[in-house]
Amino acid sequence: MDSGLQQLGEAIAAALPGAVTGISTAYGELSLTVETSRLIESVIYLRDDPACLFVCFTDLTAVDYPTRAKRFDVVVHMLSPKHNRRIRIKAPTEDGVPVPSLTALYPGADWYEREAYDLFGIVFSGHPDLRRILTDYGFDGHPLRKDFPMTGYVECRYDEEQKRVVYEPVSLTQEFRTFDFLSPWEGSGDYVLPGDEKAAARRE
Amino acid sequence: MLTTKPAEEASAKEESTRNFTLNWGPQHPAAHGVLRLILELDGEIVERVDPHIGFLHRGTEKLMEARTYLQNIPYFDRLDYVAPMNQEHAFCLAIEKLAGLEVPRRGQLLRVLYCEIGRILSHLLCITTQALDVGALTPPLWGFEEREKLMVFYERASGARLHANWFRPGGVHTDVPQKLIDDIGAWCDPFLKVCDDMQTLFIENRIFKQRNVDIGVIGLDDCWRMAFSGVMVRASGAPWDLRKAQPYDCYDEMDFDIPVGRNSDNYDRQVIRLEEMRQSIRIMKQCVEKLSAREGRGPIASREGKYVPPRRAEMKRSMEALIHHFKLYTEGFHLPAGEVYCAVEAPKGEFGVYLVSDGTNRPYRCKIRAPGFPHLAAMDFLCRKSMLADVSAILGSLDIVFGEIDR
Repeated sequence: MDSGLQQLGEAIAAALPGAVTGISTAYGELSLTVETSRLIESVIYLRDDPACLFVCFTDLTAVDYPTRAKRFDVVVHMLSPKHNRRIRIKAPTEDGVPVPSLTALYPGADWYEREAYDLFGIVFSGHPDLRRILTDYGFDGHPLRKDFPMTGYVECRYDEEQKRVVYEPVSLTQEFRTFDFLSPWEGSGDYVLPGDEKAAARRE
Repeated sequence: MLTTKPAEEASAKEESTRNFTLNWGPQHPAAHGVLRLILELDGEIVERVDPHIGFLHRGTEKLMEARTYLQNIPYFDRLDYVAPMNQEHAFCLAIEKLAGLEVPRRGQLLRVLYCEIGRILSHLLCITTQALDVGALTPPLWGFEEREKLMVFYERASGARLHANWFRPGGVHTDVPQKLIDDIGAWCDPFLKVCDDMQTLFIENRIFKQRNVDIGVIGLDDCWRMAFSGVMVRASGAPWDLRKAQPYDCYDEMDFDIPVGRNSDNYDRQVIRLEEMRQSIRIMKQCVEKLSAREGRGPIASREGKYVPPRRAEMKRSMEALIHHFKLYTEGFHLPAGEVYCAVEAPKGEFGVYLVSDGTNRPYRCKIRAPGFPHLAAMDFLCRKSMLADVSAILGSLDIVFGEIDR
């Protein structure tokens, strides 16, 4: 199975010289990294080539790696019902640099791209109607970015006096507690554990 | 809720023939949840549909990034709350793939048994409430009576009627008594009679046919392009079922058929759902038989102590077990870095989990691929040039649940 995937990946890379920059077959899944500027061309090849025939669009999403120069990975999953095979395509992109939209090839990509725009702020060039989709009307920010706090910035409630829903800054009676479990038991010593500040000061 | 106002951008030649914009929902009984549709109408003909979703958005994917893998399983019950365990299944399979866990046979059989119960739960709700959408009042009462019995099976296994949290990485949480398996087996045959009753009650009904035949037609090529899956694809003629095509757990040893439609309309979808329930009963019967047989006895979860918590009795005797229990329920297990995509054939279609792990005890990113999302996205395609009354019939046949679409 794995050698077949590797062969397919290499065949695709050979057919698209320069476009495919990485092939991975970890966990029995074929994953290609492509140049974002050549995404459309690569997807057309994957859809139409008789050895590929990934005619079924499955999923489009993004992953945020804030420390990388190209911060986001746009991840597309496609399925070939004919060959009973899946493929994953990753297109790295920077914040603010548009990614070519796949809506012309797969109408199903429409809402997925709107979702990626809504939650990550990735702009898709050529998308017919790039609006927010999941978040509230008038929402500010892109919640799935790693620098967006899990508890958010605003909360809403129904105000009895004003007889309408009002938006206020989030106020938590207790901060969301994230415990650093990485791994005190194995004794790192590189950092002070939360709650151990006094003990660490005494040691010095 | 239902208000009309003239479309501002409508480019009509005369004042009297201007298109109307109809705001449908977000609190409409036929919307199957909180859906708002902006319908542009030319008389009674639908010219354009713009679904607004997100009214039930809870930020599941964001919340998951701050919690351990075990703490995340209950979120999956709350996605498609009509068939909770099928969702858990996809997440557990993704974790098992990353961790390399093997599920023992009894665990697999129990999972398959409860997944099929979930499929019947979902299909019962879908076909009977769609009948309600097109004007039949009693089918939901028939369907919900059976759903109630199935939820009792859920409760007897997991303690909860709905949010089970029973599938765990490596197997299931608790074993079930033989009495429960016998009761499930005894429920199967009478339910086939209920299926026959439902068929004569409304599937073969003249009005039900008039409202559904040749409505909401979509060809197979469009299905693939629109990211459709499950019943929607099968109604368009493709015998595509992940349980057969990419089998997981012990589906490969189960004997069942895939019903396939020919006309790709609302009616075919509902007939397929009814037939799939009969096929699910076939699978359930095989599971019951195998679970009751000698080879079906044994552990229900993997023995891999670094991922699966020890049994309660073990904890009383073994210090290792006690430490593992403490560590697994506070810190949780760490998954090796990597990424996987795992999909299961949920009742509504392909439910996928794209899990990215960075080697810590929490998912770095977990994308939930809900089957209803692309189906609802195609509302504009399916409803164009159809009548206003068909909108709710088409919506009902898509089998929409907002828990999974809005996440």
